[in-house]
Amino acid sequence: MFTEHAKVMKALAAAGEIVGRKKLQKMIYIAKKLQFPFYEKFDFHFYGPYSEELTCRVEELCNLGFLHEVKEKKGGYFQYRYTLTEAGEQFLNHYDIKMPHLQECMQDMNEQNSRFLELVSTVLYFEHLTKEEVKEKVFLLKSKQRYTEEEIEQAYMYIEKLRAKVKNEVHA
Amino acid sequence: MAYPGGQLSEEKVFKDPVHRYIHVRDKVIWDLIGTKEFQRLRRIKQLGTTYLTFHGAEHSRFNHSLGVYEIIRRIIDDVFVGREHWDHSERLLCLCAALLHDLGHGPFSHSFEKVFRIDHEDFTQAIILGDTEVNAVLRRVSDDFPKKVAEVIAKTYPNKLVVSLISSQIDADRMDYLLRDAYYTGVSYGNFDMERILRVMRPREDQVVIKRSGMHAVEDYIMSRYQMYWQVYFHPVTRSAEVILTKILHRAKKLYEEGYNFQTKPIHFYSFFAGKVDLQDYLKLDEAVILFYFQQWQDERDEILSDLCRRFVNRHLFKYVEFNPTNEQMTKLIELTSLFKKAGIDPEYYLVVDSSSDLPYDFYRPGEEGERLPIYLLMPNGELRELSRESVLVDAISGKRRTDHKLYFPADFIYDFSTKRTTKKKIIEILEG
Repeated sequence: MFTEHAKVMKALAAAGEIVGRKKLQKMIYIAKKLQFPFYEKFDFHFYGPYSEELTCRVEELCNLGFLHEVKEKKGGYFQYRYTLTEAGEQFLNHYDIKMPHLQECMQDMNEQNSRFLELVSTVLYFEHLTKEEVKEKVFLLKSKQRYTEEEIEQAYMYIEKLRAKVKNEVHA
Repeated sequence: MAYPGGQLSEEKVFKDPVHRYIHVRDKVIWDLIGTKEFQRLRRIKQLGTTYLTFHGAEHSRFNHSLGVYEIIRRIIDDVFVGREHWDHSERLLCLCAALLHDLGHGPFSHSFEKVFRIDHEDFTQAIILGDTEVNAVLRRVSDDFPKKVAEVIAKTYPNKLVVSLISSQIDADRMDYLLRDAYYTGVSYGNFDMERILRVMRPREDQVVIKRSGMHAVEDYIMSRYQMYWQVYFHPVTRSAEVILTKILHRAKKLYEEGYNFQTKPIHFYSFFAGKVDLQDYLKLDEAVILFYFQQWQDERDEILSDLCRRFVNRHLFKYVEFNPTNEQMTKLIELTSLFKKAGIDPEYYLVVDSSSDLPYDFYRPGEEGERLPIYLLMPNGELRELSRESVLVDAISGKRRTDHKLYFPADFIYDFSTKRTTKKKIIEILEG
């Protein structure tokens, strides 16, 4: 019970602090694609893979006082900053969740900007297609983001780098 | 057979309690409705276990799918036609995607998806693209037409305006299910002025926007969505039925894995238990089949399976208490788990926490830039403004988070003092404390 909540908290604890809901969404999606056992359902939305379940889960964790959310005004819109609270750390002590290499991956992703993570998650969403088809999808569906061929190549390399970190050691 | 002209010689209509009439003029739509995969939706209830709380909620995904189609047809034919940004050559694609958007839903699909780790949207894609009657009808339009329909439903079609009609924060899907679910459950708060919303919808390059003058109609829609979420979709009794249903599926799977000899063999479930569900197996399963098994399993030798099935079939549901997983409550939960075991009541099946995030519904949130596309109002000067920045009402309800967790348990077992009296008294003390 509450295991899925605990996993999200574990990911946040591993990252330290995550700035931006979009970034949080993409990081969990990428982690899920790396075979970390997150079960939130993601659909393709305007800005790439998005999970309403994850949004609700994070809201619940904030309401329970396990996550600290700071709303900041940034230009014409708001941005949210998330950290684990002390109560959250105590809650997490009730669970023995083993996700080897999660910390390395979350920290690495946290160092990337959300625009790049949006591209990485989009590439992963279409990874069943050939590289050429993926590029076509990115250019078509993300035309406003103006991603370049070079950025797409970097996204592929980054995915390889993360997969190398995880190797075959992720367990459910 | 192609679709020369594509129109029926005479318009067909379906009488509908929500939209009064559903009009079909395109032959491809008429043929899709007649396919066996679409007809299967008659045997899948739109609201799953809600009929155990609101007895009128027996409507099917078939009704809803026709409703979504009709809303899209009205938007396109009555409001969008001839307007800037709207490409009328996308009309048939929109209508087909609207009609087929829920095609992959299975029986009690929310529980099934959780237990068997499947996704109905994958099956929607598989039906549209696979060797099916639906695919054969769509291919008569053009070879790449099934792929386009599948892309619109998967939200990966390049024309984002088309996608937003079927799937966005104010789309035809949501408008139909709110009105339809309100009608069939008999509640009054799900209603809003859809006709007005349709009249003030305007196509933009990437999405549908709403004229500022229609803001109050949209406020009603947002309120309706909020009320339906808490009063109907997240009703604690419905969740109790859902919890039991989920536990039945878990138990049957576990027994199968342990080699238990079922009196009624779960033939229709084998591929689900094995995690290898092919399309043909999936399409054979509907609610009539599931309820047949539950009926039969009431007499199984396994006490847990038979008890859970009796509870579901006879609406003998679990009771609940509020539960917030604070440190103190978590300690109590650990204690309860141990007391349940001591009382001979397996906590794996009879002590369950259910959270609002376990539900496949949402209410409106403006969110943060780049998170999810919000509803935009088209101001008289041509500027776009996010809804909650203009509407005090929407700002008030979308700014306040509300979540909910409940702990479910079988009260009849706990209050039966014929066995383990002392342990059960302790359980009650904790639950009532």
